[in-house]
Amino acid sequence: MEFKSHQPIYLQIYFHICEMILNDKFKVGEKIMSVREMAVEVGVNPNTVMRSYELLQSKNIVINQRGIGFNVAENAKEIILEEQKKQFIEEELPEIIRKMKLFGISIEEVLKNS
Amino acid sequence: MITINNLDFSYKNVAVFKNISLEFKEGNVYGLLGENGVGKTTMLKIISGLQFPKNGTCVVDDFIPSERNPYFLQNIFYLPEEVITEDTTPEKFINKIGVFYPRYDYAYFLNLMKELEVDPSRKFNAMSYGQKKKSLLACALSLRTDYLLLDEPTNGLDIPSKALFRKVILQHCVSTDLADSHVSACGQNSTSDTCGGRVPTIIISTHQVKDVENLIDPIVILDHEEVLLNATFEEISSKLYFDYGSEKSDEALYTEMIPGGYINVLQNKYGMESKVNVEALFNAVRNNKKVVRDIFAVGCEQ
Repeated sequence: MEFKSHQPIYLQIYFHICEMILNDKFKVGEKIMSVREMAVEVGVNPNTVMRSYELLQSKNIVINQRGIGFNVAENAKEIILEEQKKQFIEEELPEIIRKMKLFGISIEEVLKNS
Repeated sequence: MITINNLDFSYKNVAVFKNISLEFKEGNVYGLLGENGVGKTTMLKIISGLQFPKNGTCVVDDFIPSERNPYFLQNIFYLPEEVITEDTTPEKFINKIGVFYPRYDYAYFLNLMKELEVDPSRKFNAMSYGQKKKSLLACALSLRTDYLLLDEPTNGLDIPSKALFRKVILQHCVSTDLADSHVSACGQNSTSDTCGGRVPTIIISTHQVKDVENLIDPIVILDHEEVLLNATFEEISSKLYFDYGSEKSDEALYTEMIPGGYINVLQNKYGMESKVNVEALFNAVRNNKKVVRDIFAVGCEQ
């Protein structure tokens, strides 16, 4: 896994797992890799991966089945999409709108090109 | 658990440690950092019972390393930075020393040698420096001791070997864990049923921070007469903020130019999240010993 320089590693792993759930690499209702398997897979200390899993769990994206492992929640995809949509509207969209204003691009022009 | 209390150590008249206290908690991969000559190697030697403290105590589980109890020695291994030049092969060498370690696992050794791409039947003196280092790493891991002290293990390794190093260390932590756990579904990956140990505690002393940046956690930074930092990544990122931007910050504890801008290390006043950059951390700590100690003093008691 190639890491970006700015974002905390545990968040990058968190988003990586979200991506894998959206792509059905980890299927809804099924078990995902254990913390330690994931640590070897991405080459990162298990403590860091544990933080990613804790975050996934706190958002109810995965469910901890004690003694068995982590399962992807039934509505995991909805939760992830909802979160990413929120993030897009709050963080990315304002920047896009700023640039549209700067370059004088209208909504119509965007729609025409999409 | 390794507990060091009020430790003094000196070589003849040269003081190395004065009143140092430090704890290494079980089951972690520690990174031991510090400038040249602060005593990283000495620290590893004291923990493994090869050097004896002048004053103060070092306790590993219930053992005092300097007493050199066989039950202690069979459960700890110190791999020095310098490589041996004995006229022997890795497989002969490991079979010779393996008898002293009850969880020694020859099949695991062969697997590691294969993974690290070194021929176990080749003589050490016919190997390159990096191949010797990798052979000895395989030897050290195959002893399956609960404590493993590695002094500059990535020195002299080529780029692919550094990645292999990280992989085998992480797998090593996992395999012991799986063998130890009661979850049968995971147990089948284990290469051996002889390992009944705990998750190993590994201490890696290094200057090659980039090689092990994602592998180590917590980080210990040693100085001549004190421990400057002993904190997990989670603690570090909650106390310090690593700002990657286009400008230098006046409030920064440390600023460094990186491609495309600056990295500023600031006190994390607003609870923001950032990626810890260990090199910048090291320099920030080194240049602001007192400030950093105060920042970390709150809520970081062990």
